Amino acid sequence: MIRYPYKDIEFSPAPRPKKKYDPDFLIGLYRSMLRIRMIQEAIESRYHEDQMKSPIHLVIGQEATSVGVCAALRNTDQVYSSHRTQGNYLAKGGSLKAMLSELYCRLNGCAGSRGGSMHLLDKSVGYAGSSAIVAGSVPVTTGAAFSAQLLKKDQVNVVFFGDAATEEGAVWESLNFAALKSLPVIYICENNFYSVCSSLEVRQPGVDIYKKAEAFGLNSCRIDGSQVLHVYEAAREAVERAQSGGGPTFIESVAYRWRGHGGAGDDSASGYRDPEEVKAWQEFCPIEGLYKELVKQKQLDEVRKNSMKEEIQEEIQEAFEHAINSPNPEEKDLSTHVYSD
Amino acid sequence: MPWAEALLTSKAAGQEVTEEGRALSYVDALREALTLALELDPKVFVLGQGVNDSPGMFGVTTDLHKKFGTDRVFDTPLSEEGLTGICAGAALNGTRPVYLHNRPDFLLLTFNQLVSHAAKFHYIDNGQSNVPMVVWSAIGRGWGSGSQHSQAIQGFLLGVPGLKIIMPSTPYDAKGLMLSAIADNNPVLIFEHRWAMKTKGVVPEGIYHVPLGKGIYRRRGEDLTIVGTSHTLSLAIEAIDELSKEGISADVIDLRTLKPLDEEIIFESLKKTGKVLVVDTGPEMAGVCAEIGCLVAEKGFHDLRGPVRRIGLPDSPVPAGYTLEQFYFPDKNRIAKVIREMVSGT
Repeated sequence: MIRYPYKDIEFSPAPRPKKKYDPDFLIGLYRSMLRIRMIQEAIESRYHEDQMKSPIHLVIGQEATSVGVCAALRNTDQVYSSHRTQGNYLAKGGSLKAMLSELYCRLNGCAGSRGGSMHLLDKSVGYAGSSAIVAGSVPVTTGAAFSAQLLKKDQVNVVFFGDAATEEGAVWESLNFAALKSLPVIYICENNFYSVCSSLEVRQPGVDIYKKAEAFGLNSCRIDGSQVLHVYEAAREAVERAQSGGGPTFIESVAYRWRGHGGAGDDSASGYRDPEEVKAWQEFCPIEGLYKELVKQKQLDEVRKNSMKEEIQEEIQEAFEHAINSPNPEEKDLSTHVYSD
Repeated sequence: MPWAEALLTSKAAGQEVTEEGRALSYVDALREALTLALELDPKVFVLGQGVNDSPGMFGVTTDLHKKFGTDRVFDTPLSEEGLTGICAGAALNGTRPVYLHNRPDFLLLTFNQLVSHAAKFHYIDNGQSNVPMVVWSAIGRGWGSGSQHSQAIQGFLLGVPGLKIIMPSTPYDAKGLMLSAIADNNPVLIFEHRWAMKTKGVVPEGIYHVPLGKGIYRRRGEDLTIVGTSHTLSLAIEAIDELSKEGISADVIDLRTLKPLDEEIIFESLKKTGKVLVVDTGPEMAGVCAEIGCLVAEKGFHDLRGPVRRIGLPDSPVPAGYTLEQFYFPDKNRIAKVIREMVSGT
């Protein structure tokens, strides 16, 4: 049974583009999504080696949300995430080498082996961090936005979280405060219908998530998370709103999680969702969708796609070698940074 | 102790400060610390339920919003977990929040953000982030505060790496420790005590810092070491001062901060006296008393000439009525009784 058919979802109208897209911008979006997909698949293919001893949460199928939002941000804007970090981190420009080193628990991992996959960060590009507690980053990002406002920083703060996070009270406490203070913050709810194995219907009574946010006084919308340009336009509008003192925005981006909640592979066979549902959503692949569009516009072809893939493959290979050959932390590294000076 | 609040207020009105210097009430000392911090650093902001009310959080924040504006001193929604995370995020992004709560009981709503986020970021970010935030609350006792407005929870938090915990007992310390807490680059908890807040003392003008992680001798003596913080330590001082006429004296150590803990001063005194009494405003079980007692037994065993004793709260909730409460909290007589037993070896 297909519990969540794509055709049944009502999306808010995507904002109209302000100008004609530059072909390099579109190809950039495509490449960024393809790169995340390939990195995810490479990690997945090596996960059984048990050398990346870190719980991974793959973002395959949901790449457009990360890429579309981050394309609307500047380097100085900040992003926080939940446990499903990798797509957000890579889309914001986080170092692949430092990420893989972190997954291999190396000293030169982006968090020095203290965070793992659920706590990546790369401050040099505005990827500010994440929390492995569902909804944990939502108040934190709201606070970061408060600082930006108080210190008059030209900075937008963005947080990615899942549909289940909206079952935590801290989300609504944060939204209330953000609306109250007109904070420059954007809430991105990545609705993939499943919290681990629990479907949305056993957790929520069917009230649209974005409408609840609207009731808290936020500009809110639901967009098609399989369409990177829809995501981009919604995020662009939200960024403009935040920059001009218009306050927070809540974007529910609907896209399907092709893999299990954690680890490698799809676990649908265990019975919590129909494998047919996964297949049905794969028809709406964000990467294939944009590729077809760009081929139609004669901006991309098979040859260019393949050379892009080769390039990315090389980068991935090099990053894995870097991580595998990096030093492990030592006992003396355990107790540094318990307190800040 | 009927309506202890009124009793304390009248006692405070009659309190004389005999030391030289400017006498200030505890609450005024705290407000002065906040004023100085807000003046000194535009990154400091103060928030909490009722900080802009006319009573101003027991008087600690009265009129601060008029001087510094409601962008920097503001009343909050009743969202303790959310606001704690908001403080942590604000601190990560360059400001220094001071979040005030009426009572530590309300901090129990904040543990996810306090324990799993604010206390962790510096470490899990591998030193790339700081969380300079202060969370302040005042422990209740008496006046019907009862089981949900009198909890002293410092012991729960002692085992959380990354947090600092301050327990002042004098107006001088309240100001100097608050200024140190705001200047510190870590999440710092300050647990005041409502009864300590009714006292007066000498408080220098201007900015000064009382160092975190360093205890101080309040009395020097021979027969035993009394170690603790806050209001219960003040009761112990009253007890030992009275016992001087029986020829009993003690080293009384005010730890000022429970975390980091000044172990050195405890062992220095233990070497001399051989006996340790730990006092705390919280439960005896698994709290400050238990931790310091264990520490002394583990590292100071060969200097001990008698069992470690502790005076804290029994393993029962706080009753609301004064009729029961009088049997619940320790007072100076009960502390004196334990001291006599320790000295006589009975």
